[in-house]
Amino acid sequence: MPFSSASICPRRPLRYQQSLPRIYFRNTVITLYDCIIIGGGITGCAAAYELSRYDLRILLLEKENDVACGTTRANSAIIHAGYDPIPGSNMARTNVRGCAMMPELCRRLNVPFKQVGSLVLAFNEEDLAHIRKLYDRGCENGVPGLKVLTREETLAIEPNIEDEVCGALYAPTAGIVSPWELALALAETAARNGVEFAFESPVTAIERSDACLTVTTPNATYETRTIINAAGLYADKIHALIGGTGFELHADKGAYFLLDKNQGKLARQVVFQCPSEKGKGVLVSPTVHGNLIVGPDAVPGNPPEDVSVQAESLAMIRAAACRSIRGIDFRENIRNFAGNRARGLSDFLIEASPVDARFINLAGIQSPGLSSAPAIAEEAAQLVAKAGVELTAKKTFIDTREKIVFKELSREQQAEVIANNPLYGRIVCRCETITEGEIVDAIHRPLPPHTVDGVKRRCGSGMGRCQGGFCGIRVHEILARELNVPMEAIVKDRPGSYIILGETKGGAV
Amino acid sequence: MKADVVVIGAGPAGLAAALAAHEGGAEKILILERAGEPGGILNQCIHNGFGLHRFGEELTGPEYAGRFIDKLEGTGIECRYDTMVLSISTDRVVTAINPRDGLFTVEAGAVILAMGCRERTRGAIGVPGDRPAGVFTAGAAQRYLNIEGYQVGKRAVILGSGDIGLIMARRMTLEGASVAACVELMPYSNGLNRNIVQCLNDYDIPLYLAHTVVQIIGRERLEAVVIAKVDENSRPIPGTEFRIDCDTLLLSVGLIPENELTRGAGIPIDPRTRGPEVYDNMETMAPGVFACGNVVHVHDLVDFVSAESERAGAAAAAFVKSGSPAGEELSLIPGDGLGYIVPQKLRKSANDGEVTLFFRVRRPCPKGEIVVTAGDRVILRKKRRHMTPGEMEHLPLKRELLRDVNEPITVTLVREEA
Repeated sequence: MPFSSASICPRRPLRYQQSLPRIYFRNTVITLYDCIIIGGGITGCAAAYELSRYDLRILLLEKENDVACGTTRANSAIIHAGYDPIPGSNMARTNVRGCAMMPELCRRLNVPFKQVGSLVLAFNEEDLAHIRKLYDRGCENGVPGLKVLTREETLAIEPNIEDEVCGALYAPTAGIVSPWELALALAETAARNGVEFAFESPVTAIERSDACLTVTTPNATYETRTIINAAGLYADKIHALIGGTGFELHADKGAYFLLDKNQGKLARQVVFQCPSEKGKGVLVSPTVHGNLIVGPDAVPGNPPEDVSVQAESLAMIRAAACRSIRGIDFRENIRNFAGNRARGLSDFLIEASPVDARFINLAGIQSPGLSSAPAIAEEAAQLVAKAGVELTAKKTFIDTREKIVFKELSREQQAEVIANNPLYGRIVCRCETITEGEIVDAIHRPLPPHTVDGVKRRCGSGMGRCQGGFCGIRVHEILARELNVPMEAIVKDRPGSYIILGETKGGAV
Repeated sequence: MKADVVVIGAGPAGLAAALAAHEGGAEKILILERAGEPGGILNQCIHNGFGLHRFGEELTGPEYAGRFIDKLEGTGIECRYDTMVLSISTDRVVTAINPRDGLFTVEAGAVILAMGCRERTRGAIGVPGDRPAGVFTAGAAQRYLNIEGYQVGKRAVILGSGDIGLIMARRMTLEGASVAACVELMPYSNGLNRNIVQCLNDYDIPLYLAHTVVQIIGRERLEAVVIAKVDENSRPIPGTEFRIDCDTLLLSVGLIPENELTRGAGIPIDPRTRGPEVYDNMETMAPGVFACGNVVHVHDLVDFVSAESERAGAAAAAFVKSGSPAGEELSLIPGDGLGYIVPQKLRKSANDGEVTLFFRVRRPCPKGEIVVTAGDRVILRKKRRHMTPGEMEHLPLKRELLRDVNEPITVTLVREEA
């Protein structure tokens, strides 16, 4: 009987392969991976990137059709300085280290990042005591440059703060980043360095033998020497597949406003509030794309798949934000969204499972998980080594990523890229000035997008004030054209999120 | 490159302005259009009803645009399509790109802004719930249907009773979809009355006034919306919710003049219209930069866009010859009952004649009087019936009435009990 991948994969997973020859036999892949990473959020992508430095066979399994589809795509987009976590915790260590790694990492991988600094505002004595406590904690954690500012100093660097402010904790190393672009850049670079990715591949079973671990998805079965569990909100369920217990995660939902760029200059730094009896406080921050982000609230015990936004949340966030920054015009809102954080552990779990040392949990990675991800990934690599996988550095590790962002080029550079490729002369997304060249480039990179939202995460098309009203159709057409599939086959986001039913009576012209 | 007049946009406003500039004697006229063809949004408006005022007959959108496009021939007006203007400066240097010419700049004698408007989105009105596929602005769905030839859904709810939403209710029905409801936040419709009759009533589509969508349900594709009645402050009334299963929600909740280029050039914007402030000759506060059509204020009928744009085009041609007209400036202020007024300023002029003021009332007014005052002096009173926010009001004002006026002019609506 001839070998055929089609016969064992009736519905082939979306997959990017570097060029490694693969042999399938019945339902089992002969390859023995050195590590399988479960979950393509920021933690899994950072782990993939970190492990791709070494001569290893690595596979990342993601249940959705793209990376960065869970918590990673709906959060505050903040790189925290590291004064919040309790000294000595995993959180404190990885946050401070991750924050220090971020500027260089983002520069090399061409990810939007700005070290704008952060402020925690104090409005009364109680708040002042709180920020002094944070200051002490931050110093103990090794956060550089912390300073308690007077009222005048605070207003001098952040002029739109409410007048009643009486001081603030200033952290110059805090920053803002595009979380999904960071995850994508890490994943893409990992892919360039030989990491394989399989999408729409939820892990349904894991079997343990002395020789290896066997991971089953609806599409295939894989053998591996180690597993990194980076399954985010589902990390407890994945751990349970090997009989692991000890932690249980639940989702806390947080909603946000994303405001037009004309509001983006109201805050210069990330502006936090102290927790109080009114709640834990919301943040107001510029985004790397120039918008203003306001949120989140925290709705506990949410179903992990539910990211709906509720009117009560929005009303609460709006009221709370007005206590920090004056003059936010919420009529300039362009999008509301919500995301879930994995709660249930007081500290990040970064260790091998007690059940099996080859199964490494990266679990309970809530805030500041985005900030900590590169540091967590370093530690995960060491745990993989400890589980018996030898880490030999690659001779040819690709550690940079080129990407043309048309609107950020000078006029001369713009003229040059259009001369080289006329597609850069056609603007598809008017609001964000995204060219057809950038979209076509994204579709032909490793880990290409297959959906309109996938293009949005990579290129920024549809992220602006018209929210894809004009460009959605053009992106849809370009995807269909470049992937050579009918228009009906292109979805907005997850499988099933179809945009059109089919041709009208007369058909497409 | 140099041009007498650069027109940004080849929709109805840009086309009419360019033709009028040509007739006014401007020689080198260049239209820059981001789409691949002229006509703008009219190309997807395949229903009829355009041109009654201007041509005395009912045309479809493409036909109406065609009347202007046909006239381009022989004028020497150059159109560059697929061309996006990246910036304009107040000294009228226009920077643009397209795939053929790359990045280029044009030094213009005069610039006419005719970029039109965009639709308000779900984010702008903050509808809570999930974020599935199947939520479209009415115009985006119209494009899928009428230009691309694709049906967007089987069962739709329309939020907002703006004209595009009403037109789409009929269009979806004709394409075999069922339209379960049209839901309007206000106690009255913002659309034209004829569209309510011809697009909803004729197809038995219920219109829920003073209702809104309070929840969007569906993880991948839209599954249902929850609708509730609202109170006089437009807040949902608890307990009045009901659910309608549907796979499509079309939003027709207002249009916003598209003025990113205008703002980028530092040209003052009227917060009421969200368009540039203009003089009576459609010149913005930047000398030699004119604006017309929906980029200035959202019009109800394209016929009026054409008329306004012709004034802008003629004025641009005149500017190229002899600069901005002289004359003492007067401000126009929308008083009680008016949402906005265009122009925001006018120049007193030696020649008599008329200047027409355009405005919309804030709330429907069956019977009322429009009062024009300067200081404490009333200069014009005009009784008028059946005014609604959906329709733009025109008020001709004789210039001779302004001769002795030096203060800002206020236009107020005084309601009369019907």
